[in-house]
Amino acid sequence: MRRLVNRHPGAAGAAYLAALPFIVLIAAYLMGSAARLADNPSDKLLPAPSTLAAAIQQVAFTEDVRSGDIILWIDTASSLTRLGMGIAAATAIGLAFGIAIGLIPYVRATLAPFVAVLSMIPPLSVLPILFIVFGLGELAKVVLVAAGITPFLIRDLSVRVAELPGEQLIKAQTLGANTWQMVVRIVLPQVLPRLIGALRLSLGPAWLFLIAAEAIAATEGLGYRIFLMRRYLAMDVILPYVAWITLLAFMLDLALARLSAWLFAWARPA
Amino acid sequence: MSAIAVRGLWKAYGDRSVLERIDLDVASGEFCTLVGASGCGKTTFLRLLLSQERPTRGDILLEDKPLPPEPEPGRGVVFQRYSVFPHLTVLENVILGLELRQSPWFGRLFGAARRKALEEGERWLASVGLTSSRNAYPASLSGGMQQRLAIAQALILHPKVLLLDEPFGALDPGIRADMHVLIRDLWRRTGMTVFMVTHDIREAFALGTRVLAFDRVRHDPHAPDAYGATITYDLPGRGEGAEDGTLIPVHFPWKAARPRSEEARNADHVSSA
Repeated sequence: MRRLVNRHPGAAGAAYLAALPFIVLIAAYLMGSAARLADNPSDKLLPAPSTLAAAIQQVAFTEDVRSGDIILWIDTASSLTRLGMGIAAATAIGLAFGIAIGLIPYVRATLAPFVAVLSMIPPLSVLPILFIVFGLGELAKVVLVAAGITPFLIRDLSVRVAELPGEQLIKAQTLGANTWQMVVRIVLPQVLPRLIGALRLSLGPAWLFLIAAEAIAATEGLGYRIFLMRRYLAMDVILPYVAWITLLAFMLDLALARLSAWLFAWARPA
Repeated sequence: MSAIAVRGLWKAYGDRSVLERIDLDVASGEFCTLVGASGCGKTTFLRLLLSQERPTRGDILLEDKPLPPEPEPGRGVVFQRYSVFPHLTVLENVILGLELRQSPWFGRLFGAARRKALEEGERWLASVGLTSSRNAYPASLSGGMQQRLAIAQALILHPKVLLLDEPFGALDPGIRADMHVLIRDLWRRTGMTVFMVTHDIREAFALGTRVLAFDRVRHDPHAPDAYGATITYDLPGRGEGAEDGTLIPVHFPWKAARPRSEEARNADHVSSA
């Protein structure tokens, strides 16, 4: 009998095992839904597949009677715009400060403790302040996403920069590099793969902050819609929305992973 | 005129002395090998020559002028590891020095200037035998190939002084012998002054024109860190000698050799008295 740690599933076995939890979840849902609906045909908690399909048809493929818009796409577009702007701002700030703190001792001495303290502020606790300062428009939501993940990006990138072997920076100096040249030729290219890794880790919190902000003040958006539908106990819309958000987040993560593998062939182990 | 002159050099970290009373004159074009036990300060000495560290006391003169306070292109370096840049191909690694010198803002060359740099890079790759790997990334190279790349990368700027910190320490014996032939050949062709730290005493004598042995000569049993190491023996190597690479079968030649100076001998007596 081989030890458990030495036993590996084959390719087909691994695929089957990966599918298993999903199948179990769906089966459990279907059974639960059927049982509850048999008990009470107007139950709204676990809608039947047919009800879900009708709701999906309504939100994703039918124009709204008043506005003429398809609400799922409107919500998706505005949420992804906010998320994208927030992440873009956080990336720019994170890269600039992360590299400066990691590479330049005077900047590190000045800002590293400050950023360490800033990163301990729970971002949702400053959401009211953001709404007061930036109003209830788009800006406050974008700022929350950016502010929520920027401290992590700064700290992670500055650590990555500081981890670069000191020999590399000495070698660069013996090749005549000034500080700026070290940033653009040595440090920046080598932290970009780490940046993508940090962004992938930040996606979860970024979605969290986005949905929280939309739940509180928005007129469209995926988070707004879920919290709106909660009032009507409309699980037939909420569940597909959650699944859709999950799919979007998963695709973003996958896209970042592919991008990293494609751009940074040098970082792949030989 | 000596390429490197060291005058009354001391290096201490807080209360811990690492190097003390080092005086040295090295003529241009010498190949100095630095040997000694682990922790005896030979790597610290190399770092001082590189300006990676500053002396606590004393001066280092490079061609009769004080050593520049930072690492600069006049002194090339090859470390045991991490000497090449993993995100650049072999050819990009080699031409990096040229690009940095000619392009202060981007650190990159374009068009005709880049083609010229690439041609020069190719010549250096040929001279270290890496032509066929020009587009590979360092991670896919063997340790010996990485060190050859690091040497070409350092030499493309024609440094007056080349500093080698156990450059072959991590290599297999066979590869190491190839590297000895390579570095000796490059040294003869360029006429640069070389300092090489090594643990391998045969390597030190086979390659060096001078072998500098570092050791602690003064001991205070109550304060083991009070005194640093100095150059205890300064011996002629066989670096000028035969091309056949035969090695002298000696392990600790300084046990039988004479101390390098009367002062050092006096210092021994004083400290042991």
